[in-house]
Amino acid sequence: MKILYFAWVRQKIGLAEEIATPPTSVNTAGELIDWLVCLSPGHAEAFANRGTIRIAINQIFAEPEDSIVGVTEIAFFPPVTGG
Amino acid sequence: MAIRLQEGPFDLGQEISIMTAARKDVGAVASFIGIAREDNPDEGAEPVIAMTLEHYPGMTERQLMAIETEARGRWPLIDCLIVHRFGRFEPGDPIVLVVTLSSHRQAAFDSCNFLMDYLKTQAPFWKREETVSGERWVNARLSDNDAAERWEGQH
Repeated sequence: MKILYFAWVRQKIGLAEEIATPPTSVNTAGELIDWLVCLSPGHAEAFANRGTIRIAINQIFAEPEDSIVGVTEIAFFPPVTGG
Repeated sequence: MAIRLQEGPFDLGQEISIMTAARKDVGAVASFIGIAREDNPDEGAEPVIAMTLEHYPGMTERQLMAIETEARGRWPLIDCLIVHRFGRFEPGDPIVLVVTLSSHRQAAFDSCNFLMDYLKTQAPFWKREETVSGERWVNARLSDNDAAERWEGQH
């Protein structure tokens, strides 16, 4: 699965994207975050305040409880500030 | 009906000319241009030297198209255009353009307003500001959520 990071989430992790193969026990976006925070201090810092993290699954806004089974692209980013 | 993401500038007059060319049914054109500002009272007193707009390629286009489709479902629009720039901007630089065409002014005004409110909360863009003391990511504003939510009950 391809994981994308944007804005300060990207800066804290130090990566714009990575390919990850989480264990089969990881079924939702929230469980993926639980797994990602163990990968590096940067990951842990980026996800320290979960309430400020927005999620997109296959480029559609999603919630932590949404399934990521079979998903090819998931993105994590702060609330949007365009316009 | 079109959405466009680009680094370069846009020309409002030219866009309206293209959209209205050879049409006799357009009674109203409304437009909005969002411009990079020097002051940002939300973030502090220091003037903004420049800002960089980052976006999520692919999802941005998808979201802008969804917002446009939603507007067309709510108002009788003859045409509409959303142009959003990305990259680095200085205060005074135009960043976003919305143009709506309808037979009557109310649909043009309201849909233009709606498109901007939804774009602010639904399109994956992020602003980073540069000041003399460094760089900072712009925080999302609750008032933008309120502005988008006021359209929820009206369909």
